[in-house]
Amino acid sequence: MAQIILFAPLIGAILCGFGWRLIGERAAQILTTSLVFLAAILSWVIFIGFDGTTQHITVLRFIESGALSTEWGIRLDRLTAIMLVVVNSVSALVHLYSFGYMAHDDNWGHNEAYRARFFAYLSFFTFAMLSLVTSDNLVQMFFGWEGVGVASYLLIGFYYKKPSANAAAIKAFVVNRVGDFGFALGIFALFYLTDSIKFDDVFAAAPGFADTQLHFLWAEWNAANLIGVLLFIGAMGKSAQLFLHTWLPDAMEGPTPVSALIHAATMVTAGVFLVCRMSPVYEYAPQASTMITVLGATTAFVAATIGLVQNDIKRVIAYSTMSQLGYMFVAAGVGVYPVAMFHLFTHAFFKAMLFLGAGSVIHAMHHEQDMRNYGGLRKKIPFTFYAMLIGTLAITGVGIPLTHYGFAGFLSKDAVIESAYAGSDYAFWLLVVAAFMTSFYSWRLMFMTFWGTPRGDHHAHDHAHESPTVMLIPLGVLAVGAAFAGMIWYGVFFGDEAKMRSWFAMAPAAAHGEAHAVEGEAAPAEGDAAHATTEPAATAGHDEAAASTEAATEEGHAPEAVATDAHAAPGVAPPGAIFMEIKGIPTLHAAHEAPTWVKVSPFIAMILGLALAWKFYIRSPELPGKLAAQQRPLYLFLLNKWYFDELYDVIFVRPAKWLGRFLWQKGDGSVIDGTLNGVAMGIIPFFTKLAGRAQSGYVFTYAFAMVLGIAALLTWTVLGGH
Amino acid sequence: MDNLLSIIIFIPAVAAVIMALFLRGDDLAAQTNAKWLALLATIATLLVSLFLLAGFDPANTGMQFVEEYPWIAGLTYKLGVDGISILFVMLTTFLMPITILSTWSVSTRVKEYMIAFLLLESLMLGVFCALDLVLFYLFFEAGLIPMFLIIGIWGGQNRIYAAFKFFLYTFLGSVLMLVAMIAMYFAAGTTDIPTLMAFEFASEPMVVLGMSITGGLQTLLFLAFFASFAVKMPMWPVHTWLPDAHVQAPTAGSVILAAVMLKMGGYGFLRFSLPMFPVGSYVMTDLVFWMSAIAIVYTSLVALAQSDMKKLIAYSSVAHMGYVTMGIFAANQQGVDGAMFQMISHGFISGAMFLCVGVIYDRMHTREIDAYGGLVNRMPAYALVFMFFTMANVGLPGTSGFVGEFLVLMGIFQVNTVIAAIATTGVILSAAYGLWLYRRVAMGALVKEALAGIQDMSRRERAIFAPLILMTLLLGVYPALVTDIIGPSVAQLVTDYHAALPVVAEAATH
Repeated sequence: MAQIILFAPLIGAILCGFGWRLIGERAAQILTTSLVFLAAILSWVIFIGFDGTTQHITVLRFIESGALSTEWGIRLDRLTAIMLVVVNSVSALVHLYSFGYMAHDDNWGHNEAYRARFFAYLSFFTFAMLSLVTSDNLVQMFFGWEGVGVASYLLIGFYYKKPSANAAAIKAFVVNRVGDFGFALGIFALFYLTDSIKFDDVFAAAPGFADTQLHFLWAEWNAANLIGVLLFIGAMGKSAQLFLHTWLPDAMEGPTPVSALIHAATMVTAGVFLVCRMSPVYEYAPQASTMITVLGATTAFVAATIGLVQNDIKRVIAYSTMSQLGYMFVAAGVGVYPVAMFHLFTHAFFKAMLFLGAGSVIHAMHHEQDMRNYGGLRKKIPFTFYAMLIGTLAITGVGIPLTHYGFAGFLSKDAVIESAYAGSDYAFWLLVVAAFMTSFYSWRLMFMTFWGTPRGDHHAHDHAHESPTVMLIPLGVLAVGAAFAGMIWYGVFFGDEAKMRSWFAMAPAAAHGEAHAVEGEAAPAEGDAAHATTEPAATAGHDEAAASTEAATEEGHAPEAVATDAHAAPGVAPPGAIFMEIKGIPTLHAAHEAPTWVKVSPFIAMILGLALAWKFYIRSPELPGKLAAQQRPLYLFLLNKWYFDELYDVIFVRPAKWLGRFLWQKGDGSVIDGTLNGVAMGIIPFFTKLAGRAQSGYVFTYAFAMVLGIAALLTWTVLGGH
Repeated sequence: MDNLLSIIIFIPAVAAVIMALFLRGDDLAAQTNAKWLALLATIATLLVSLFLLAGFDPANTGMQFVEEYPWIAGLTYKLGVDGISILFVMLTTFLMPITILSTWSVSTRVKEYMIAFLLLESLMLGVFCALDLVLFYLFFEAGLIPMFLIIGIWGGQNRIYAAFKFFLYTFLGSVLMLVAMIAMYFAAGTTDIPTLMAFEFASEPMVVLGMSITGGLQTLLFLAFFASFAVKMPMWPVHTWLPDAHVQAPTAGSVILAAVMLKMGGYGFLRFSLPMFPVGSYVMTDLVFWMSAIAIVYTSLVALAQSDMKKLIAYSSVAHMGYVTMGIFAANQQGVDGAMFQMISHGFISGAMFLCVGVIYDRMHTREIDAYGGLVNRMPAYALVFMFFTMANVGLPGTSGFVGEFLVLMGIFQVNTVIAAIATTGVILSAAYGLWLYRRVAMGALVKEALAGIQDMSRRERAIFAPLILMTLLLGVYPALVTDIIGPSVAQLVTDYHAALPVVAEAATH
């Protein structure tokens, strides 16, 4: 079944991309869409019925060289199952949506076929993403990683006649390659240490990394931290974290369904997936994890500030995506990987829906994307409005405080913030402030679009119309997810440790005290960690899973207990999809114990943001303009995205081009050729005199005779040898 | 089939002789006959070489299909292949029919052109099969002549300069190699390559002109061979002949130059430098590493600045060859496997890249990037093929370009992380220049009037690319096709290399 899920989109992409002339564009579209729907349905079947036990399916041999042995294969565990559902569901809905969205496109002439190409790219992307999430080793993951990069490149540059789209496509690919640079080095380092790049082998060796020093560049590094940082650099590129984020806003040049699928729900979350997948390594890499936490929180904050002032509806959502990805990284950084996956999961629903909703607005407004030209669209496109309202309620985190009832974002984002509280003060405060800004810019988007009076070109407003049903169905389905996904899966992702353990097939809680004990004995360096972790474990007695935590407490008091559990034994990979025994579980317990003011703080931030947005865009619409004029430098700073693009242009792009020209003209031209040709100068004029004869064929005949002579000689000796 | 290798080597030469002796006139019919004869001869060579591949036993790391006959003046004619060389033979026989097919639109001196290519094929095959120093040298040097003529006669505007630059650079490098070969003969008393590979050349430090040379004779011999192979690869800083040669060479010449002739340098390192002068290689490893790392960054940056398509691709070739030299001297399984893989893969990809330029050059007669733009609008099939090979050149996983690069970097990381980190920046730069080239040529609206009537690829052109695409994908998805064949021989090479190093030198690496 997993093979069908993986290959159905590939088959669709190939048949559609190369065969549409035979079967027609329409049939090609239907074909790809049905195949992805098939994959989506099977994914849900796996997701619901899956018991969590890791399965390995081998498909084909891949790179083999000495100790290195890799395969094309499928690793099916809970992480994979979650990603399968996310990727295939959103992809299927986006395929369906694109029937309507791409039906008429002013970028193309009458006789230009573009739809089949678009669908083929979408399906190809889906395949690449699936091969990323199902991979059983780091090389195949890298294949998927770069494959989605190419798909993203092709789709961002889909309108290839627009220079801006082409520039954005290249930027996305190259910036991602900067991340891949780190990712690749991380893979090499892992191979260097373990002679393998299969996940299970790496995980089995991971506890040893903490005590291993690795010589890299000019210094000695702690192996676990070094690998953690290198892999995270890859994640930063793909998931648009600070310093490698500049491509994501520009990526909005692609058609809107692409933004929803690739640049909101799936591809950009690959970095988060990577960190969660490598949890057995990150558990032993405290400094790398801290870096993830800090950078994630800072990204969440910076992106939110930029989102406050953008006027392009898609760019607001793009910065919102970047900000939410920062939330996910914070959760992963503090060690509560399931919560990172939880937010990834719910975010896929509401963010894909916000993007598709924005697409519906753009479609209605004849490809106008500037929110300053919207206004009062509530009545014109009511269905889109309600869908986006649900999306906004979800992303801003509306729910009943101190209960587990609310929209998806309420549960997942609050879980992230509570985890952040347990893990890092810096991250906690930045995320709360970011939550305030999230609420502000999300409601600003809603108010500017759907409330107030129509602004801008009145023709566009007069002809504004609700989108066709094929576009509204995906909105509806995703709205259901945005409303309920949080409540349904809260327990297994965050709320209930016992359920979470069994869902991710982790070792039962009773064992984790033993794990610490073993760590403490085997590695004195880990002693501090073990001490630090016994306390929250001991205080977790109030937890619902009383039985299991009591056992944990006992073990905490008896560190000399002999460990028999598999995940603690060196040389064996821990069971399940996620390993969080070292710092994850204690942080989780602390998060569960977070004080009430912490638990309500995101809610308060949300209310404040909503109130301020209402004040600015409903009550006194003249205020934003005044504020912008009054705080002009700050406004420009935010509007210009903290000047990252300008800075990079000066630091990297221009020097690279200049250096290239310099090396070519001075290095190759003056120095190398100058020297070598100088030596040859006496000879060359002599030869150029011969040039005329060369053309006349004189030299040719001569040389030819010589070669023939050699050939004849050889032939003769061969034949004469007998 | 005792003489299988000789048969493979001499089919093209015999065809050339037939063409020279019996084909008269220069009318259209004669031209067509010449092309067909050349095509058939190269296809026949390919088919016969398939028997070689089928009969080859990868597990046997010794020489196979060995032929040995006494020759004039006490010299020996000896041929054979092992896991290191057989794929170069296959690469050559595979690419030649494609190359011939790409010359179909040539109309000046067609007969001579075809003869030049056929002879070139024989000589190149000879280089990869020769198991005697003198024989190797003959093939190695004689191969220069047809290529010199191809550039000098059928080349572009500035062809004479480029042809001589090509000839002089490579020839001067080879003179040193010849001196070294004579020295080897005096030291070992034989010119038999397998014997020399097992022979231990003196490696005690020796004093020359007051300078003490670590590794002694081995280092000197190594340097002499290095001069020749480094120019051939080409390595930075002796690479400048390559862009000029490529720019002036006709498309088919560029294809053969990039796809096969550059590999002779890498093959030389694997056949001579590592096995025969392990201590010399070891002493010079850091030099090679730094030259390779600089080559990757330097030429990639230079590629960014190019306005001529062929020059850009030529510089990108130099960067890719940087991975090859680096991988070879990493001297571990992944590094050498990667270098071998990279060479084979680069044969398909760089050949295809030059053919891509050829397709539009045939139509517009310019290589200036600025003369193009928006080709995708009128040439969708071409745009697709060009995109595919651009991505392969960039080293996208799933294409063969990835496997070699990845293995090399993996190999080098185990030996020297600084070099590994510098070399890995190549993946960023290659994406930058590759995609930027593609954007300027293929993307955008079609605004230039000259391009308004440009036609998409013909059937013949599609037929040229099809096998290249197939191989690039096949090797990218199932690299075992290559690694199964080269693996045991490379393992043997690496083991022998490390066994031959004195204990002290080895200890210093760890």
